[in-house]
Amino acid sequence: MARKLPRKDVVIVGLGWTGSILAYELAKQGLDVVAIERGPWRDTATDFPPGYAQDELRYGVRLDLFLRPQQETLTVRNNMTQTALPIRRFSGFLPGNGVGGAGVHWNGQTWRFLPSDFNLRSHLEERYGADKIPADMTIQDWPVTYDELEPYYDRFEKLAGISGKAGNLNGVKQAGGNPFEGWRSSEYPTPPLKQNYGSALFAEAATKLGYKPFPRPSGNISEAYTNPLGVTMGQCTYCGFCERFGCGNYAKASPQVCVLPALMRLPNFSVQTESEVTRVNLDSTGKRATGVTYVDTSGEEWEQPADIVLVCAFSLFNVRLMLLSGIGKPYDPVTGKGVVGRNYAYQTTSGVSMILKDKALNSFIATGSGGMMIDEFNGDNFDHKDLGFFGGGYMGSGQTGARPITTMPVPKGTPKWGAQWKKAAAETYNSGYGISTHGSSYSYRDCYLDLDPTYKDHLGRPLMRMTFDFKDNEIKMSQFLTDRLAEIAKALDPVEMTASPRKGPWNSTIYQTTHNTGGTVMGADPETSVVNRYCQSWDVSNVFVPGGASVFPQNHGYNPTGTVGALAYWTADAIKNRYLKNPGPLV
Amino acid sequence: MMHGSRLSPLSRRSLLISTAALLVAGTAARARTITQGMPWEPGTASPPLQVRAGPWMFFTPDEAATVEAAVDRLIPPDESGPGGKDAGCAVYIDRQLAGPYGVGAGLYLHPPFMPGAASQGYQSPDMPAVRYRAGLAAIADYVKSSFAGKSFHDLAAADQDKVLSGLETGAIKPKGINGAGFFALLLQNTQEGFFADPVYGGNRDMAGWKMVGFPGARYDYRDWVERHNEKYPLPPVSIMGRSDWTVKE
Ligand SMILES: Cc1cc2nc3c(=O)[nH]c(=O)nc-3n(C[C@H](O)[C@H](O)[C@H](O)COP(=O)(O)OP(=O)(O)OC[C@H]3O[C@@H](n4cnc5c(N)ncnc54)[C@H](O)[C@@H]3O)c2cc1C
Ligand code: SF4
Repeated sequence: MARKLPRKDVVIVGLGWTGSILAYELAKQGLDVVAIERGPWRDTATDFPPGYAQDELRYGVRLDLFLRPQQETLTVRNNMTQTALPIRRFSGFLPGNGVGGAGVHWNGQTWRFLPSDFNLRSHLEERYGADKIPADMTIQDWPVTYDELEPYYDRFEKLAGISGKAGNLNGVKQAGGNPFEGWRSSEYPTPPLKQNYGSALFAEAATKLGYKPFPRPSGNISEAYTNPLGVTMGQCTYCGFCERFGCGNYAKASPQVCVLPALMRLPNFSVQTESEVTRVNLDSTGKRATGVTYVDTSGEEWEQPADIVLVCAFSLFNVRLMLLSGIGKPYDPVTGKGVVGRNYAYQTTSGVSMILKDKALNSFIATGSGGMMIDEFNGDNFDHKDLGFFGGGYMGSGQTGARPITTMPVPKGTPKWGAQWKKAAAETYNSGYGISTHGSSYSYRDCYLDLDPTYKDHLGRPLMRMTFDFKDNEIKMSQFLTDRLAEIAKALDPVEMTASPRKGPWNSTIYQTTHNTGGTVMGADPETSVVNRYCQSWDVSNVFVPGGASVFPQNHGYNPTGTVGALAYWTADAIKNRYLKNPGPLV
Repeated sequence: MMHGSRLSPLSRRSLLISTAALLVAGTAARARTITQGMPWEPGTASPPLQVRAGPWMFFTPDEAATVEAAVDRLIPPDESGPGGKDAGCAVYIDRQLAGPYGVGAGLYLHPPFMPGAASQGYQSPDMPAVRYRAGLAAIADYVKSSFAGKSFHDLAAADQDKVLSGLETGAIKPKGINGAGFFALLLQNTQEGFFADPVYGGNRDMAGWKMVGFPGARYDYRDWVERHNEKYPLPPVSIMGRSDWTVKE
């Protein structure tokens, strides 16, 4: 029997990016808030101080800060005829664990989606005709517009101190910024990072070909900055140990750096660490949540009653918790009915690697999210009429370091070991160079999440099963983007180059991104969405999924967290300004 | 021998303790309620523990001789610097196998174990320590029967290379193991040892980093980010500093 704790106004499942934003906003409002976090407390001084944060083996290879599969993992397969098998060691994507969530060890690439991404289906139907969209492609419009979200993007960027250069201020194009971005109500909080040699070379080549390169919006910040919560961030040192690592310099936007110092001071907030929420509890009608049940490290079960339940457990685990709690109808890919688990999507990335002539690149001087990018081939920024695919992505010089266990380029045809390998590695290390594309992943009828019939977690509950592959549309898109990238690469006159467009099948062992989206999609119609436009469950109105990427109807050509953060603020406002005044369905 | 500091008599014990602590990490940490401020406490940081010289912790003497010979072929010594053996790659692998990595701590090890598509990842219950024990035994048997009773480390370099590339390509199939899979594991671990921070026992004197020009743990390049096409001038440092800064016995 679970031991019952005193009631709270709000219980938050998971204290990562979305959880910490909601916790601060609602506790500041005077509500009694408790967050339950599966992993340990983490802070800069203890877990990744500058004395040993730069340890490639520990953090980059042995994945010290990440979720251990022993605690929770998924099963994966490429299609419905395969038997799904468990990910026994994470490598294709890397979920976070512990206070700060994946915000601790993300790169910090902080984008907004394009205005036309938000009405994707109607936009494509209008421009190209409804018959051009493949029958099994289940893309749909978002229930919010770019204009509605703009102020919330702005708030997240100010919270995180994002470094960048605006390309469109209130409709007026700005030189040096991204000419394709939606309008921005203000300039980035901090100026762009400096560019290392590789990124400067890319910008030069792209400009020569007529493109308009711009600095990638970055959560590794260019100068000290004090955010609206009163927390001061430090300056990025281009240390080259960013993604997969915590930042010892307080320079990477994270819940630790941007939110917790202010949040932890609020007397009406507490966090319960090393405690895994096992379900959201419902009353006998099934229409109201009464709180959550969690298990701590001693195996003891606790019940935390609360009036509002916020599911902030990261995209994939939001979906699993909804499935395990019986909130919303599980999706059935055969009938196409049901919603929870529907429209799982990912990201379609690719790259071109090169060896440059007579260059000292010093690529170890790098950041997780700096670099120079172009956006000519993202979303519908280019005419898709005769291309045979939809979607696109940004591309550019995004090499985020040259950590030698995982980055050791050698010329084509070099043996993998021995005297020749050694010589080649020594000669090539400082002139090996990589540029990449980062593209959309649209949703399909048979790409989805459900509970696995065979494999269980350490508490005996079914693992979640992921059925996913790259489809023809995405493979063609990746080929097209990679061809454009290779043209820019050629302009750099490399000694040799290898273009690697994304090919199927999706391989769960090759790291691509941790941009898993969909499964608790937001929408205007309960038949095709799990939550409404305020990220509120259609079925259980005191449960919200405030902005985890599980609410994305499909994934676009940018990294998700700018939009995740914006939706977190958007939901916080809906709860504060609408729900608290009149608890019940907001739509 | 590796450089030992004045603390070395204690080292083995503290290493063992830390290994044990790492093994139970996740269960040792206790659920707690944190409120009213950041819960910082002195002495709670967890720096890596330095691997020190001393007897093998995982390998038997025969296994160690084979691994030292193999890592020296995978990364042979040449005019640019030491090979895998003198760089400490075997010591690195030994300490890794004796610790949490060897037993696959934290991995998902529930049955059923079924073979799957390559895209589904490693699906065997055998963790690195088990794979090394079995792999090295199978290689020893293979070498003994193919090279007139000899051991791998007694072979001429060219023959050692033949065995290694036979494993790599699958041309040599020692009984009871997946030779290509074991080779890939050995190569991966050897390169880890060559390029990981020296604190883990390999990359001795930062030989791997010096070879390629990686500055290691410096962590601050603000003054050099815009000095384009100028080779970074400073030598590497490790998490422990540099070997010439530390006390020698
Ligand atoms: C290596 C890496 C690089 C990345 N780089 C970028 C990037 O450059 N740009 C970008 O936009 N995005 C990036 N991301 C993604 C980004 O980190 C996530 O989008 C973001 O952190 C999501 O916020 P969240 O609140 O949904 O989840 P998280 O921040 O992960 O927080 C979820 C929290 O919930 C906890 N939790 C889960 N289940 C339970 C449970 N049952 N009970 C209690 N607690 C639970 C988890 O432990 C975790 O702390 C990256 C991710 C990784 C791993
Ligand atoms: S690159 Fe910058 S933000 Fe990233 S870890 Fe290093 S100092 Fe921190």
